[in-house]
Amino acid sequence: MSAVSADVSESAPAPAAPATRRKRRGVRRGDGLWPWAFVLPLLAGVLVFYIWPILQTAFYSFTTWGVFGGFKWSGLDNYSRLFTDPQLYRSLLNTVIYTAVVLLGVPIAAWLASLLNTPGLRFAQFYRVLFFLPYVAMPAAVALVWRMIFNGDYGILNWALSLFGIPGPSWVNTPGFALAAVSVVGLWSSLGFSMIVLGAGLKNIPPELYEAAELDGASRFRQFRSITLPLLAPSVFFVVVVTTIASFQLFDLLYALLGNHNAVLPKTMSLVYYFYNAGFVENDKGFAAAIAMVIFVLIGLVTLLQFRLQRRWAGNA
Amino acid sequence: MPRARRRQSHALIHLVLGVGGLIMAFPFLWQIVMSLSTNAEVQSVTPTFWPAHLQWQNYAAVFQRLPFLSQLWTSVLITVIRTLAQIVLCTLAGYAFARMRFRGRAVLLGLVLSILLVPSQAYLISQYQIVQGLGWLNTLAGIVAPGLFSAYGTFLMRTAFLNLPAELEEAARIDGSGPLRTFWSVLLPVVRPSISVLAISAVLWSWNELLWPLVVSTRATQMPLSAALATLAGDVTVNYPVLMAASLLAMAPILILFILLQRRVIDGLASSGLK
Repeated sequence: MSAVSADVSESAPAPAAPATRRKRRGVRRGDGLWPWAFVLPLLAGVLVFYIWPILQTAFYSFTTWGVFGGFKWSGLDNYSRLFTDPQLYRSLLNTVIYTAVVLLGVPIAAWLASLLNTPGLRFAQFYRVLFFLPYVAMPAAVALVWRMIFNGDYGILNWALSLFGIPGPSWVNTPGFALAAVSVVGLWSSLGFSMIVLGAGLKNIPPELYEAAELDGASRFRQFRSITLPLLAPSVFFVVVVTTIASFQLFDLLYALLGNHNAVLPKTMSLVYYFYNAGFVENDKGFAAAIAMVIFVLIGLVTLLQFRLQRRWAGNA
Repeated sequence: MPRARRRQSHALIHLVLGVGGLIMAFPFLWQIVMSLSTNAEVQSVTPTFWPAHLQWQNYAAVFQRLPFLSQLWTSVLITVIRTLAQIVLCTLAGYAFARMRFRGRAVLLGLVLSILLVPSQAYLISQYQIVQGLGWLNTLAGIVAPGLFSAYGTFLMRTAFLNLPAELEEAARIDGSGPLRTFWSVLLPVVRPSISVLAISAVLWSWNELLWPLVVSTRATQMPLSAALATLAGDVTVNYPVLMAASLLAMAPILILFILLQRRVIDGLASSGLK
């Protein structure tokens, strides 16, 4: 029974007018209760663990929490406190700097991807795996290794610098250098991802275009500007957006690289660390909820921009 | 084009990619070296590029001095449970959202997908409250619960089912098979590639994730490896080579899995853009 009604609208493009009307007013019964059996387990979890918490967190951002639990409505207090807290701007700036450094990896990745795309290159898959390795490795674990590499007294980086007569700082314990260290590790861990996505984008450019351009006497640079750049733009855009959103959520690397008692943290922390610190170290849940809302809005803006522009390139990315 | 010139340009490319690849792999290689050194060798000002004697007992010490085994077990359990749950729940829901008709479908789908726009901080505090209220802090259930449900997985599976030709289902219906049969024996086998993408990203995310387990588990024996290693970061009492061995062992399962399934993992993650 249900199968018949579904068939009517789903496939055969039957006489248009009556079919649409039937679709409008629930004459066709759909698939009965089956869809609910399929959807409900997920839906229940999503409502309980995501939708409700998002609404509740938004509400919490207007409340103040007592030391021993319990909270009361406090209007915009958290927000006014937040926007006058220098730590917010410091964390935002740190996050932006980190994101910018990680994004420096995109042109490098594009260059490496074009080298990897060389026809007939041997070991290409081996290189791919090598560059992708940091992307899949546990951030908390690799950060411990980098911590040793960056160690001020016996780290191998400072030893290498000393060969050139440069005295290296105690990287993870010096403001500025600590953020630089975190950013470099972030760049290292996301480079492979950008390289693979851009490589796929390069592969999708038909080689005939270059052949035609060659026949027309277009220079290498001209080919790059008029063929590669416009046709690769959707992939570049995708990589930039995904990397920006991921970088804005910097936490794991920072936490594990610096350690949670590092004196350098106030000057180095990211937005998400600021959130974590307020909510789970200082137990200031209402304030942390306000920080979460700010992060939400910032990331929402980036995502909206992505949707807008992606529609323009639909099917290309 | 003369062959020699081509070989020469390839040599240059190999040089660039080789040096780049070495930089990428260096931390892992250096980690292996440190994990087999003595504490004194690791802390010598001139690096010990190869330990005088390979200290294999550092790996034994990981299991003796740290609650590594129970943490490993926690990591394995949360990864397996969350991945299986995501596959089952997202495939079912994705199928219904793509192929079945029911009241409120568009609204409910929009509700689920809206989570994709929201960073995890926007629900973390409240999730913590819920887990705390259930008395699940420092339990496996607490770490696992929110991650059983995935909006991204639902999106992925819905797209997979949407792309199937309608004839598949019709043929099954004409043969007289019900929705469950059709789903199980006709459609499920066809969307297997998407299920594997979902599984890969779920495993990777679940194994590596830090913030949530850090928040809901405070007891060392109840933590997964990611949280356990991160809390050891500032701890000066730990022996460095043992710490290196522990972090290597913590990464190893994923790295081995990655090397075995390399093409699938790379393609799957690159297309989704999610860890």
